[in-house]
Amino acid sequence: MASDLLSESAARIAERVRSGEVTASEVTEATLERVAAADGSIGAYLTVLPELARAHAARVDERVRGGESLPLAGVPLAVKDNMCLEGTRTTCGSKILEHWVAPYTATAVARMIEAGAVPIGKANCDEFAMGSSCENSALGVTRNPYDLTRVPGGSSGGSAAAVAAYEAAIGLGSDTGGSIREPAAFCNLVGFKPTYGRISRYGLIAFASSLDQIGPLTRTVEDSALAYDAMAGFDPMDATSIDRSVEVAASGLRDDLRGLRIGIVRDFETKALGEDLDAIYQAAYRDLEKLGAELVDVSLPTAEYGVATYYLIAPAECSSNLARFDGVRYGLRVDGDDVRAMYERTRAAGFGPEVKRRILIGTHALSSGYYDAYYVRAQKARTLIGRDFENAFEQCDLIACPAGSCAAFEFGAKSDPYSMYLMDYYTIPMSLAGLPALSVPCGWSTPPGGSTPMPIGLQLCAPLFEERLLLGAAHAYETATRA
Amino acid sequence: MPSDSIDIRYVAALARLALTEDEIDVFGRQLGDLLGHVDALSRLDIGAISATAQVVESRNVTRDDSPRPCLDRELVLAQAPQRQGGFFRVPRIIAE
Repeated sequence: MASDLLSESAARIAERVRSGEVTASEVTEATLERVAAADGSIGAYLTVLPELARAHAARVDERVRGGESLPLAGVPLAVKDNMCLEGTRTTCGSKILEHWVAPYTATAVARMIEAGAVPIGKANCDEFAMGSSCENSALGVTRNPYDLTRVPGGSSGGSAAAVAAYEAAIGLGSDTGGSIREPAAFCNLVGFKPTYGRISRYGLIAFASSLDQIGPLTRTVEDSALAYDAMAGFDPMDATSIDRSVEVAASGLRDDLRGLRIGIVRDFETKALGEDLDAIYQAAYRDLEKLGAELVDVSLPTAEYGVATYYLIAPAECSSNLARFDGVRYGLRVDGDDVRAMYERTRAAGFGPEVKRRILIGTHALSSGYYDAYYVRAQKARTLIGRDFENAFEQCDLIACPAGSCAAFEFGAKSDPYSMYLMDYYTIPMSLAGLPALSVPCGWSTPPGGSTPMPIGLQLCAPLFEERLLLGAAHAYETATRA
Repeated sequence: MPSDSIDIRYVAALARLALTEDEIDVFGRQLGDLLGHVDALSRLDIGAISATAQVVESRNVTRDDSPRPCLDRELVLAQAPQRQGGFFRVPRIIAE
C-alpha cells in the first residue's frame, strides 16, 4: 500500500485522506518509512522530523474527523531549510546557522500546515540559496533521484529530490533567479515561482529581498495550484506582500490552449544551448500549437543582459542581508581580541566560498565610487528588462522558452563560478521582472557522456498576477504530453 | 564602467570578512572575471532610464502603535552565542 499511496499526487492523497480511505497518520508513517529507506542515498533532507510530523498528522486526522475539508489533508511536505519552522533547526545549508533553532514559523509554511500538509523535514539547499546545483550546501550532499551521479539542481535541490524520490508530495522552495524552476526541470517536476510579493517572505531567511519568492515543487501542475492557493495572499508581517485579491488557481486548470497567444522568444533560440535541446523545445512549442495556442514571435532584446544585471543586484542585496550574521545574537561565534576581529573570524568560519564571493562582489558594487557604475546601472538594466516583457505581453498572453540550458550535470562539472551562474540564463529575466513563471517537464535528453536520459523542463511565463492563467495553461500542456 | 580590478583586501574589510591569502588570490581572480562579464552592461543606453529597486510598487507600511505579543526573551537569548543575564554578551567595544 505504502508505495502506491506515496506515488499519488498531493491532490489524490488529500482526497483519500478527506474521504477517510486512509488517515494522515498512515500517509505520514509510510512517508517516514520511505525517507528511512531512500534518503541515505538521496540526501534530500538535512533534518527529518518524525515526532513533529506524527503530531501534525494526528491533528489533521482530528480535523478531518471533525468535518473540516482540508485541501492538503495529510500531504507530506518538504520545507527548504531557509524557511523557519518553530522549534526546528533551520540552517540555510550554512555552518553559520548549523545549530540555530527557529523561534517562529514562516507564513508560507504555517499556511501549508493550516491547509492540512504535514511537514516531514527540512530539505537541503545551496548555502543561503546561492547556487544552481545544491553543491554549495555546507551540510550535506543531495543527489538527483534520476541519476545519483548527477546534481538535483539548486538552490532548492533538497525539496526537488524529496518530491522526485517520493519522500514528500510537495516541496517548498524559494526562487531568486531560478532556484525553484531549475531543480524542478532537473528532477522531472513542476516548479512554480509566483509573482513577486504574492506569497509572504515572512520567515524566509533573506538572500536578495527584491527577488526572493517562495513557491512549490510538485509532481503535477494541479498540486502546484493547490499549494499556491494555500499560500498566496497578503500578510501584514511582510512589508512587500501584495494586498490584492488572489484568484483561485486550482479551479482554473484547462484542457486546451484555444484562444491563447503564446510568445516564443526568438532571441533565446539564437543562443547556443549547452546541449542540443533545440529539438525538444521545438517539439514542445508544436505541442502548444496542437492544443490550440497561436504561436507568435516575441523579442526580449535586453534579456541577454539578465545574468550581468542579476549578479550585481542579487549580491548587493545579499551583502546587506547577510550583514546580520555577526556572531552577536544567534548562530556561530568565533572569538577574537576585539569585536571587529570577532565579526571577521565568525564570518570567515561560518560562510562558504560562494557566499563569500557574493558578499564581496555585492560590497564592491555598493562601495563608494562604484555604486553608480555597478549597482545603479544594474537597476536601470532591470527596468529595461521589465519593459521588454511589457512589450512582449502586448502581443501574447504567455511566453514559452527553455527552463535551462542543459540537463542535470555531474557533481563538480561547473567548478568555475561563472559557468554555474549561466545556469540561470533563461530564468533570471523573469525574476528581475517579478513575473510568475514555472517549469513543466517537456522531454528527456541523454547528456554528453551520460548513459541515462535526464528530464528537461519547458518554462512558461505570464504577466504579473496572471498565476491562474499560467497554471491553467501548464495543466493543459502537461495533460496532453505526459503519459 | 570602472576597470575589472577589485581591491579584495579593502572590500573584505568593508564586509567584515577575514580572508586567507589563498582566498584573496582565488576570489580576486574569480571576481575580476565576473566584473569583466558584467561590464557588458556598459553597452546599454541607460542615460534617461529610471532605476528599478522593487518590481511591484512599494509603499511605507506602518501598524498601530499598540503592544502585541512578541518573541519570548528567554527563547531568543537561548540562541545567543554568549549571554549575560538578559543581555547578549560581546567583546569590549569601548576602550578602557
